Amino acid sequence: MAGKDLEKGFEAEGFEHDFESGLAVIPPDKIKDPGLEPHRVRMTDKVPSKAKNAEVQVAAMFLVSVLGSFFALWAYVAFPITEDLSTVRANNLFLGLGMTLSLFGIGIGAVHWAKTLMPDFEVTEARHQTRGSEDVRAAAVEIVKLADSESGFSRRKLIRRTLYGALALFPLPALIVFGDLGPPVGNTLRQTMWKAGTRLTKDPTGIPIKASDVTLGSVFHVIPEGLAEMHHHKLEEKAKAAVLLVRLPQEDLKEAPEKSGWSYDGIVAYSKICTHVGCPVALYEQQTHHLLCPCHQSTFDVTEHCKVVFGPASRPLPQLPISVDAEGYLIAQSDFLEPVGPSFWER
Amino acid sequence: MGNRFNRSRRKPLAATLVIAAGLLFSGGGYAVATNVVATTAATEYTAEQISEGRKLFLANCASCHGLNAEGSAAGPSLIGVGAASVDFQVGTGRMPGQGSGPQLPKKKVQFTDEQITLMGAYVASLAPGPAIPEQKYLEATGDATHGGELFRINCAMCHNAVGAAGALTEGKYAPNLDGVEAKHVYEAMLIGPQNMPVFNDANITPQDKNDIITYLAYIEENPSAGGFELGSLGPVAEGLFIWIFGLGLIVAITVWLGAKSN
Repeated sequence: MAGKDLEKGFEAEGFEHDFESGLAVIPPDKIKDPGLEPHRVRMTDKVPSKAKNAEVQVAAMFLVSVLGSFFALWAYVAFPITEDLSTVRANNLFLGLGMTLSLFGIGIGAVHWAKTLMPDFEVTEARHQTRGSEDVRAAAVEIVKLADSESGFSRRKLIRRTLYGALALFPLPALIVFGDLGPPVGNTLRQTMWKAGTRLTKDPTGIPIKASDVTLGSVFHVIPEGLAEMHHHKLEEKAKAAVLLVRLPQEDLKEAPEKSGWSYDGIVAYSKICTHVGCPVALYEQQTHHLLCPCHQSTFDVTEHCKVVFGPASRPLPQLPISVDAEGYLIAQSDFLEPVGPSFWER
Repeated sequence: MGNRFNRSRRKPLAATLVIAAGLLFSGGGYAVATNVVATTAATEYTAEQISEGRKLFLANCASCHGLNAEGSAAGPSLIGVGAASVDFQVGTGRMPGQGSGPQLPKKKVQFTDEQITLMGAYVASLAPGPAIPEQKYLEATGDATHGGELFRINCAMCHNAVGAAGALTEGKYAPNLDGVEAKHVYEAMLIGPQNMPVFNDANITPQDKNDIITYLAYIEENPSAGGFELGSLGPVAEGLFIWIFGLGLIVAITVWLGAKSN
């Protein structure tokens, strides 16, 4: 019932409504094309003396450019870079300033010239329709048909199907070569250099650390024994194995029962790689026992297995279980029991 | 008979005494060697210096640190902190502290060098602790390259790579090291004042500390080769500058380019 009545109602209101293809309602007072702004005559077009001024201004900018070029040439000679590194500063500053002026003068001058003196009539370029005309479309169809009949693409099934097969297979060799872009990740994200019995040594010297050296409130930046002497993949290994060693009063440590054997006499060792995005976490506050990451302010509480107390990190820093060997040197009980550093796909 | 009896009685007693004394000395020696790795050859103080220092202590420090430096709710115990702590805290003006806050700032020094030495003598007399560093490690005559490497590993995360200071949590900060006396840099590593951790002589040897002091002296003497330092604070200062002035200039030029001429 309502269809015809509604249509009449809309027409009476002045709405256009296409009942056949949808429910779009197009109000009649849609935004009108405002057209071009009225042309405003420039001062340089009205007053000849203003045009003369603009001409001088443009020329002045080009002259600034010329002076800048000469200045840069002079600065290159006047401020040479010598053995003294601080001479780089004056050389770069004045050479750069001259070159800036020489290019900037040309640019500003050219734009000012175009804006004030070149013709300023407005130009409109209307958009053409995306759809081609009927004749063009028919001609295109004819070309395709002609090509098909001349080549016999539809007729010669053998050629067509072998071509499809060839096209489908040709990317395969490229896909296989992608596999050679890097070594397989394997287990490298889960393992570090630490093994049972690896001594904790000082970064960068590789000198082993005795438990008695780590006095209360001390912080040691630690690398595994053998890393200092490495020549290949040293940084890759260091980036995973770096450890921070801290001694706090035994009574301040609140250790979980299953991890109580991981510390030695109040000495604890934690991975230095932030679990957020992998910055080195090493800002240790001796009184609060907080470890702060300088990148995004994640804060870890060393007294409670480095749990996150502030910031975007979502996991505690992995703890390295440590003990002492017969000579009193600190050693690792094993590798970290979880992957160090930020989250990754399979974690 | 009695004589022989006596001798036989005395012998085992003497042996026990000798063993006990031996154990005491070796044990004590071991305890000193392990506990106080940081102690360098302690300066000898006279009894007069100690008693003068005690008077200064009672007048200026005891209200917080206790009449016998045993500490109170207002201040920590000073037993075993050594003369180095006194020299650092009083010598940089951090002590006596004025008001509480996240961190005691460096301020005008309140005592003369002589008074600081006397107070140090008193605190050092309470228990063994870190002593004032030897002059030979303070003359910036070490290896600046090695010092720079040690600085970047141990110090730069808080103090910034050129010691230009850095923020910590809840209002605490690692102070700027520009112009800090070599003696105070050395003492800070030795004692770990406030929230700074301790870097004892087993971790960073006296020669290594000298190298770090040499590195700091080197960067103080050599200006940055790369243009304006903007406080050497890195991305914060540099970002602020380029966002305000660099982007501001680009916006201004864009507006000028798009505007019609009069």
